[in-house]
Amino acid sequence: MQDFASSFFLAVSLILSGDPELWSIVLLSLKVSLTAVAIAAMIGMPIGAALGVGRFAGRRALIVLINALMGLPPVVVGLMVYLLLSNSGPLGVLQLLYTPTAMIIAQVILVTPIVAALTRQVVEDLDAEYAEQLRSMGVSRLASVPTLLWDGRTSLMTAVLAGFGRATAEVGAVIIVGGNINHVTRVMTTAIALETSKGNLALALALGAILMLIAISVNAAVGLLGVRSERVAHA
Amino acid sequence: MPDAALAHSLEPRIAPAEGSAGADTGSVLPVSAAGLVFTVNGKRLVDIDRLTLRAGGPTIIMGPNGAGKSLLLRLLHGLIEASEGTVLFNTQPMNARVRRRQAMVFQRPVVLRRSVQANIDYALAAAQGYRGPSRRGRLRELLEMGGLADMARQRARTLSGGEQQRLALVRAVAASPDLLFLDEPTSSLDPASTHRIEALIHRFADEGTKIVMVTHDLGQARRLAGEVVFMHRGKVTEQTPANVFFDAPSSPAARDFITGGLLV
Repeated sequence: MQDFASSFFLAVSLILSGDPELWSIVLLSLKVSLTAVAIAAMIGMPIGAALGVGRFAGRRALIVLINALMGLPPVVVGLMVYLLLSNSGPLGVLQLLYTPTAMIIAQVILVTPIVAALTRQVVEDLDAEYAEQLRSMGVSRLASVPTLLWDGRTSLMTAVLAGFGRATAEVGAVIIVGGNINHVTRVMTTAIALETSKGNLALALALGAILMLIAISVNAAVGLLGVRSERVAHA
Repeated sequence: MPDAALAHSLEPRIAPAEGSAGADTGSVLPVSAAGLVFTVNGKRLVDIDRLTLRAGGPTIIMGPNGAGKSLLLRLLHGLIEASEGTVLFNTQPMNARVRRRQAMVFQRPVVLRRSVQANIDYALAAAQGYRGPSRRGRLRELLEMGGLADMARQRARTLSGGEQQRLALVRAVAASPDLLFLDEPTSSLDPASTHRIEALIHRFADEGTKIVMVTHDLGQARRLAGEVVFMHRGKVTEQTPANVFFDAPSSPAARDFITGGLLV
């Protein structure tokens, strides 16, 4: 108990003192995860919207596949990306293994199905409600997509948030393709795993606290953004 | 986001469709349906040899549940495709121009997740005929018409049922359509809300919009109808002026319906 208490107080002092090692890990984590989520949103939202409003052969099978990919095991993704990027792999020439870019690629693969599947659900539900009305107004299926995305924006923000949660909390994939190299590819989750195994509970606890704080802050920010965007839309 | 950019982002993007070029002139009336059939699992839910809806007083479509009234509205409005037959609008088939000259209000109003004024503005943008000051002027006019000016910035979903239906009505007439289909627009409203909706319908009809409305309410039909189309088991059994229909309906089915007899 005393170990925990002393580690906890040490963790607080690390956070408050602006420990450069701790904050470099935090900043790299944010950079990797935010980039991955932005790319995943750019890929996943159009896929989700197309599955939500499109009617084409194989659509059902694609929906089942996307839903299944939401539960992709991170270590499997890490392994696949490792094989692709390793020197003997098809993309080995790019020399991306053990770089933040490799970690971003792995997280994009993990997050895209989440964004796509949740976007599909949001767009499809809203389309079921709006379809006849929009058609009556002369709005084509394709032209209805921006309307559905805009009117479903609060739910879509939640989809992106779910993706961000997956990215920041994930450890299996980034440790395989990033290698947990100090000052290069060490992010919060991999650092927590390493420091815990080394018995450096203070740094692990400090990073854990920051990770939770980030999750809470992003949730709060999305909530506020949702309220504000609703106000703007109704002005 | 700047106001102008935001307003642009909220508008429907509609590519000019084939047949939309040129001036948007010429009425889409009369509407002529011939050999109109709608089949589900081999069952003919709508089976109409010939039906013509001309300019003039409101046409009220009546009949028991399952007669095919709402399906007929959707077929005429082009929301569903007929299994057989044609619908012509002043000799033209459905195209982008014909679509813009007509509108429909549903039994349960579908309001977009936006403000009252943004809902109307969306319809004005979709109609493509309003820009700048004329659009803002028309928006104000429609808000006043629907008694919604005080609620312009309110979220449309927070309105009462009657207010939402008034919003749906004024949004439908945003582009001054020739033809307005109404599918039981007051079926879930109280008498006061129904009265306000009927006043709007009277106003639209007086201003030259052809009203084609489905209702089960005999009193409402008497108050609004110029003519009555009576449907039974997918077929039009009667199309007569309202006074003739209510005084001396020619089909036994219509007589039973008016007198409250059991009709299936």
